Amino acid sequence: MTIKELDKIRESKKDLIAVRRLVKEEGEKLAKKTGYRKQVLVCGGTGCTSSHSMKVIERLEATLKEMGLDDVLVVKTGCFGLCSLGPIMIVYPEGAFYAQMTPEHAETVVKQHLVKGGSIVKELLYAGTVTESGDIIPFAETPFYKKQMRIALRNCGVIAPEDITEAIAAGDYAALEKVLTTMTPDDVISEMLASGLRGRGGAGFPTGRKWSFAKASQGDVKYVCCNADEGDPGAFMDRSVLEGDPHCVLEAMAIAGYAIGSHYGYIYVRAEYPVAVERLNIAIEQAREYGLLGKDILGSGFDFDIEIRLGAGAFVCGEETALMTSIEGHRGEPRPRPPFPAVKGLFGKPTILNNVETWANVNPIIMNGAAWFSSIGTESSSGTKVFALGGKITNVGLVEVPMGTTLREIVEEIGGGIPNGKKFKAAQTGGPSGGCIPASCIDTPIDYDSLIAIGSMMGSGGMIILDEDSCMVDISKFYLEFTADESCGKCTPCRIGTKRLLQLLTKITEGKGEPEDLDKIEELANHMKQSSLCALGQSAPNPVLSTMRYFRDEYEDHILRKECKAKVCKALMSYYIDPDKCRGCTLCARNCPVKAISGAVKQPHVIDRTKCVKCGLCESNCKFGAIERR
Amino acid sequence: MSEKKSTFHGTAAQKAELQAVIEESKHIPGSLVHVLQRAQGIYGYLPIEVQTIIAEGMGVSLSEVYGVATFYSQFSLTPKGKHRISVCLGTACYVKGSDKILEAVEKELGIKCGECTEDGLFSIDSCRCVGACGLAPVMMIDDEVYGKLEPGKVKAIIAKYREA
Repeated sequence: MTIKELDKIRESKKDLIAVRRLVKEEGEKLAKKTGYRKQVLVCGGTGCTSSHSMKVIERLEATLKEMGLDDVLVVKTGCFGLCSLGPIMIVYPEGAFYAQMTPEHAETVVKQHLVKGGSIVKELLYAGTVTESGDIIPFAETPFYKKQMRIALRNCGVIAPEDITEAIAAGDYAALEKVLTTMTPDDVISEMLASGLRGRGGAGFPTGRKWSFAKASQGDVKYVCCNADEGDPGAFMDRSVLEGDPHCVLEAMAIAGYAIGSHYGYIYVRAEYPVAVERLNIAIEQAREYGLLGKDILGSGFDFDIEIRLGAGAFVCGEETALMTSIEGHRGEPRPRPPFPAVKGLFGKPTILNNVETWANVNPIIMNGAAWFSSIGTESSSGTKVFALGGKITNVGLVEVPMGTTLREIVEEIGGGIPNGKKFKAAQTGGPSGGCIPASCIDTPIDYDSLIAIGSMMGSGGMIILDEDSCMVDISKFYLEFTADESCGKCTPCRIGTKRLLQLLTKITEGKGEPEDLDKIEELANHMKQSSLCALGQSAPNPVLSTMRYFRDEYEDHILRKECKAKVCKALMSYYIDPDKCRGCTLCARNCPVKAISGAVKQPHVIDRTKCVKCGLCESNCKFGAIERR
Repeated sequence: MSEKKSTFHGTAAQKAELQAVIEESKHIPGSLVHVLQRAQGIYGYLPIEVQTIIAEGMGVSLSEVYGVATFYSQFSLTPKGKHRISVCLGTACYVKGSDKILEAVEKELGIKCGECTEDGLFSIDSCRCVGACGLAPVMMIDDEVYGKLEPGKVKAIIAKYREA
């Protein structure tokens, strides 16, 4: 493909994409030029497809066809972010944001809204976009979206990821064109350095420096790798980028290839992400077909191609040397550094490895310049960060905010607070390698250095919100179970250390803890931090250390008073039936797997605590809230 | 390893399919993980017989194949049920009580996580995040995602698969 042809594609769909980014009036004017009166964008990300958004699309298309409405375009996009309200569907040019759609709702929207002269079906809209007086506000003005700034996610939920022409029209490959036609490899690296972009995978190493090291390394073969092995359980930023805008990653890898002198790239992606893998495969095929990957890209003489390698479920493969060993087809065990991958990486050749979100920032930096990028965020952490907000929070989903945004803004404004009137207790960031930020630090600005200063870390972007019903000892035990399970076993401090730490924590949650256990934990944790081979072992004690720092009283409750205030640790709590609330419906007794509940019909029931196995089925089944944990 | 008699019943067609995969992959550097993934797709699991075919075909030692197959959690050396239940124990699901969901599934089927029912109908596994955190807690049965679960809902969901 020539540059002219690329421009032509961009021009042909420019208006179509622009309608999806504009506010109402301008969008309406532009929509007339596109030939489509309405555009319906339906989320085809994993979250929404799990709640059956494909059936919504099917019904939409069938109803539109039935009614002969051929001037309405249905687009399957990536994630809009507000996953807890899926399936989500947005109608442009109005920007009407429909939530929790069913096929029946879709039919209603076609018949009442999408028909000529139709109007928005207010009762199906996301409640946040309808004011008390019944006015509709643009979704970009709702608390969830207002404070967000979408750079990495700029095209997610805007384009059809399986159509390269939409990606091109939305700006993908413009940076590759600019780099190949107007910049030298050194120009690219200085731009990246000046931008201050730091690795979004967790460690926060400056991306430009990584590239400059690899460029300086001698060798005819070099590799560019993408880490899409998103291992932090509860984090789905990278998956959303791959599902929503896979081309932005391919483009950025080609740019890096040009900068460091590499002609081949690997994307290492989790096999557990079938949708992302499929879209990546489609994107690579299309990019090759359009000559944006392969030989002589855009007539520049530069060759670059990309291959996908599927991970097979090993958390340690998120570590760079382990990931490369895994691509080589071996057990994914890390190796000591130096030599660093920039000198000796994949197949022994100089290699750079960046995370998906890091790649997603490359195009905007090249297009808008390093000065623009570094003006966003804080001095030491420029740009934005995507977080996967989950746990005990109203708006579960994907958010992208400028660095330096406070935790309070994320939890209370964007996240919509804690559901069921509960109190915020802590935010866990950095997953199994990170720590818990307590309520007392809720005004901490979120950037690399502030988080480390308070004993947590940025991590890849998982942010799990905990409320008063979460037990912090149990949470740290949960993470240790994870790291003990995922430790590759190569080095002793991690292999044995995680097991021993887990044993100590288990002992405490079972009410058998002794006061000296806390000192033992600290001593062991410090040994692991100092002597483990890779980041997995070095950071595995972080969840324990940070909870001990801020919630030491909870550890002491478990050890000294044999009490779990959150009523989570089974050995330290029991189920009771409140006789005033129990109506004697017998549902709990019928479902109890160990027949521990007795009582006559319409009479308050009783739990025999010698038989009770504390499975919680009665609590889940009771319709009157009569089951209590004490 | 257990002394149990091998229950491997691979067919000639499966073997031919695997050998074709090996032929097309063995020249690609680092393709062992890929071949194991395809083999598991063909057989459903990776018994020692399948690992032997791969070792011989790829020209690597059986211990190398076994080492890789046991390293990654995606690979299973034992057969799985007709319906594979996978309860998410990722953080977002865990804080919303997915451990109780797993327990309810185990009780309902009378087997532990990692096991398969005697009739071969169900197997239970836990997984780390299927990415549907907005629906937490979730479990998957085959390719279907069940979200916003409570222990009390498990029985009815599993019953659907018993009847089918």
